[in-house]
This record gives sequence, C-alpha cells and structure tokens, in this order.
Amino acid sequence: MFRYLVMRVAGMAVMALLATLVVFLIANQVPGDPVLAQLGDLAASDPNMVARYRARWGLDRPLWEQYWIFLRGIFNGDLGISISTQRPVLDDIRQYAPATVELATISFLLSLIVGIPLGVLAAIRRDTWIDNLARFISLAGVSSPTFWLAFIMLALFYGGLQIAPGPGRIDLSVMTPPSVTGLYLIDAAIAGDWEAWRNAAAHLILPSIVLASGTLGLITRTTRASMLEAMTQDYVRVARAKGLRERKIVLGHLLPNALIPVVTLGGLAYAVLLTGAVMTETIFSWPGLGRYTFRSAVALDFPGIMGITLVVAVVYLVINLLTDLSYALLDPRVARERAE
Amino acid sequence: MSATTDDATSAWRAGRFGRWRRRFGLAAFGAVIVLLWIVIAILAPVISPYPFEAVDVTKRLLPPSQLHWLGTDALGRDVLSRLLWGSRISLFAGIVVVAIGAVLGVIIGGVAAYAGGKAEELMMRATDLVLCFPPIILAMAIAAALGIGVRNTMIAMLIVWWPKFARLARSLVLVQRSQEYVEAAVVMGYGPGRILFRHIVPNAVGPLVVLVTLDVGQAIITFAGLSFLGLGVIPPMPEWGAMVSEGRELVDQWWVATFPGLAILSVVVGFNFLGDGIRDWLDPKSRRQ
Repeated sequence: MFRYLVMRVAGMAVMALLATLVVFLIANQVPGDPVLAQLGDLAASDPNMVARYRARWGLDRPLWEQYWIFLRGIFNGDLGISISTQRPVLDDIRQYAPATVELATISFLLSLIVGIPLGVLAAIRRDTWIDNLARFISLAGVSSPTFWLAFIMLALFYGGLQIAPGPGRIDLSVMTPPSVTGLYLIDAAIAGDWEAWRNAAAHLILPSIVLASGTLGLITRTTRASMLEAMTQDYVRVARAKGLRERKIVLGHLLPNALIPVVTLGGLAYAVLLTGAVMTETIFSWPGLGRYTFRSAVALDFPGIMGITLVVAVVYLVINLLTDLSYALLDPRVARERAE
Repeated sequence: MSATTDDATSAWRAGRFGRWRRRFGLAAFGAVIVLLWIVIAILAPVISPYPFEAVDVTKRLLPPSQLHWLGTDALGRDVLSRLLWGSRISLFAGIVVVAIGAVLGVIIGGVAAYAGGKAEELMMRATDLVLCFPPIILAMAIAAALGIGVRNTMIAMLIVWWPKFARLARSLVLVQRSQEYVEAAVVMGYGPGRILFRHIVPNAVGPLVVLVTLDVGQAIITFAGLSFLGLGVIPPMPEWGAMVSEGRELVDQWWVATFPGLAILSVVVGFNFLGDGIRDWLDPKSRRQ
C-alpha cells in the first residue's frame, strides 16, 4: 500500500509538471498577443512602449527561458505576477479561492444530501412518481446549460419574486466578517455576527443550486443504478430470508455497497464543482477562481492562466488520488489487490 | 448512466407493448426533436419571419406578440428569427466537434491499443494529460488564445474532446482483439490496418455510437457556454449561447434570454433520449427478456 501511494504521488507530480508545460506551449504558440491585448491601440502603436513592456514581463526572452523562470518560481512558491491584475498570481489565487471553495462545498453537500436519498428512493420505489421525479431532475440537470439556469433563477427569484438576494457574496450594506478562513459562513460564525451569516447564506442559495444541478443529477442516477444492481445480489436474498426488516436491509446492507461507485463519482464531482464554476461565478458576480480564470483567459494573461491551470490540475489530481484511496478503504477487495 | 439493467426488468414487467414503449418511446421522441431541429436548421432562411440581422430601434425589447412570436431583443431584432438561424451554428458545432473528435479518438485509441507497447503507453499518458484539466477551463484558455471565432472555438473543443473517445476505443479494441474472428483474420493473412478498421472497428462501434449521440448534446452546451462567455461567435451572428448572454441583464425582458436557453435544453434532451434509446437497443443485457 505504501509503495502504491509513493508511486501515485510521484506520478501525480510528473503529470502536474507536464500540465504546466502544455499550457505554457499553448499560450505561447498561438497568434494572440498579450501585449496588444493589454496595452490598447494607442500604446501598442508605439514600438518603444511595446519593447519596454515586453522586457518588463520577460516576453522578449527565448521560450525555454520563460518556462524555466516559471518552473523555478514554482519551487520557490512563486507563480509569477499576473499581467492583468499586476499582483502575484499566488496572492490572487489565495484571495479568490475561498469564495469558490465555499460555493463548491455547499453545492457538493447539496447534491449529496438530495441526490443520495433521491437515488435510493427511486430505486426501492421503482416506476412510481418518485422514480419519475428523480429521472426528471437528473435529465433537467444534465441537459440545461448552467449559464441559462443561472439566468432563469435570477430572473425568477431575484427579479420577479424578489425573495432571493442578487449577485455577489454578501450585500454591500452588510459588514464583511473579519477574515480568518475567507469562508464567510465560518468567519461570520467565529465573529458571532449572525446578520452577516444569514446574509452570506442567503447569497449562497441560488448559485449553489445552479452549480449543483449537474452533479445532483449524476449522483442521483448513479445511486439509483448501483442500488438496483445491489438489490439483485444474493446477500440481499439472504437478508430477506433471515426475516430482516426492509429498512434494515436498505440502510444496513444495500446502501453501504451501493455507495462505493458514488464515492468515486463524488470525488470527481467535487473536483468538477471546484473548477467548473466559471459560468456560475460569472453570472452571479461571485469573486472566485472561476471568474478569475475567465478574466485571465480573455486578457491572455499567461502567468494568471498558467498559475490557475497548475492549481486546478493539482486539485484534480489530488482529489483523484484521495478518491482512489477511499475506494480501497471502502472495498477491502481493492485494498488486498493493491497490497499484493 | 447505467440504467439499463433496471429498465430491462421493469420493461419485462410491463408486457410486450409497454416494453416497446418504455424502451423506444422516449428514443423516438428524442429522434423527433433532433430531426425537427435539423429541418429547422436547413430551412432557417425560408421559415424565419424576419432577417436575423434586421435592426429596428423603434421596436426594442417588445414582448412576445403576434408580430414577433418570441418578442424582440435590445436592438429590435426578432428573437424567433435569430433563434431559428442560431440552430445552424449550434447543431453544426456540436455535431462536427463530436464527429471529428470521435474519428480522431478512434484512430488514435484504436491504433494504440492494437499496436500495444510504447505507442499505447504514450497515447494513454497523452489522454491522462488532457483529462487532468477541467474541459471547460482548458477549452476556454485555448479558445481565448486562438482568438474569437466559430472555427477557433471548435478547434479548442476538439483538443479537449478526443481523449474520451480514444480511451473508449482503446478499451473496445482490447476486448475485440482477443476474439476468435480476429485470430481467423490474422490466419487469413490480412494486414493490421485492414483487421483493425474492417473487422474490429465495425464490431466495436455500438458503444461508440451511444457515446457520440449522448455527447452531441454536451458539445452543444459547451459551445453555447463558450459563446456565452464571448468566445464563440462574432456578433451579429445569431447563436443560442450568445443570445442568452445578450439577454442576461434583462431580467424584466425575460424572453430575450429564456427562449434561446429553452432551444438548447430541447435539443440536448433530444440527443439524450436518442442516445439512451440506442444504448438500450444495442445492449444485449437490456434485450434479454
């Protein structure tokens, strides 16, 4: 198991490095010119300005040297300076990450809390209204474009019914809680500021529902399918024959077995939520990594794009690794196979 | 995703006609939706009541009426006409990206799996590399770097799209390679190219067709999303994602953004139903009574 772990972590590091190389090459081998994107027409027409700008950001050095500088920086905990915000990329990421973590975590919990029971109910009450409801929710979740769903939610609950707060993490009139973790719900709770807590929580409702829509459907479908699969197993028949109550069979025998594939999917879903919030954050003016990524991409801000890609790829890889490990914990057969 | 075994069992319960309807009813419905949109895309110039680019500032943001069934947008353009025209780009982008992605994926994955060894290892690592990025972020970065435009956005999508087909094709070929008919073909003295593309691929094509069909919907959503972010089409070209983007601030003039979104939703649902139906039809497990 230890050997396996070391191999996996080493492989992960190699992948993360290669990932930065890929982004670096893409960003540098394309027609778009960051100087022109940044300077504007007037300044870009002055060759002196352009040359100084290039020298300032190291854009006049050879390609491999630029990449080497970037790599050396990473090992010193330095991801370079963002061209568009003029601040260290790491500071930017540190500033924007909590908003995304908070939103993604709430969405993740939402999809689990709704998705798993719904999937279980859909499986044990198959072909009833609840099964159809589950089917409808997962289809709608997978099929509706996030950006449109976000608009509909805002138009309906903020614009029309006026029962939900508008975009942003917290109302301007409310004091932001003193930053400890950067997660408003936790910071407000630490400060004992319940007005801010309620306000931040209200702001989270619409975006987290929108963000959760896709993963909720996936988790519901997977739970249902794997419950149905588990129901055909012999141990369930044995449990029935023993005269166990249905409740006990479902919660004690079926669910633990059926949840194994859900764990795999859950890990992936959390990674998707953390990194896939681009649309949701853009529409809800959520000051998170998704919006930051979008802005860096549009501004051709190479340090920004590379930094975020590295962070995102590492998050993806780490979550994948944790998922695999938890898989081994949950299913003794997998653990035995890998120990050998 | 794998709702096939249970569908089969419940179909068995519902009797013969019920079984057909359960298994193919939704697929037929999906096929009708998809066909309808394809017909609309072809006939857009004929059936659109107004030219899609006709600006008329005296008719800004009119609600749906008899003259403008789906209302007008901020420039006084007819939303229905733009929506009908928009189907062309959305369907085109979705279908072409998935088709090329699938062909590339099958060639790369199939050849790698059949060749084995270093080639296979290289291919698997390459797909790993692409798959360790969230697709939308990678596509966004590439599309932004290449510059705005339908072709560039489609290229960006292709780069993130082929690996899943390569992986599926690889696993399918690996299964088929050990089959007896392949050994027979080898004995017959056929070359590897012929065996791979004339014998193995046709036998392994079922699951690929399912993935392709289900994927067109996702590709349409992704393309619309990139357009929504301002990367896909150049205005005034009508495209559904861009249309939602134009109407996103107009909460009171809900029709501007709502209808294009419904169009995306309907076409994606259509492809999902169709794909599920094809899977049930091809999957021997669900055909078993």
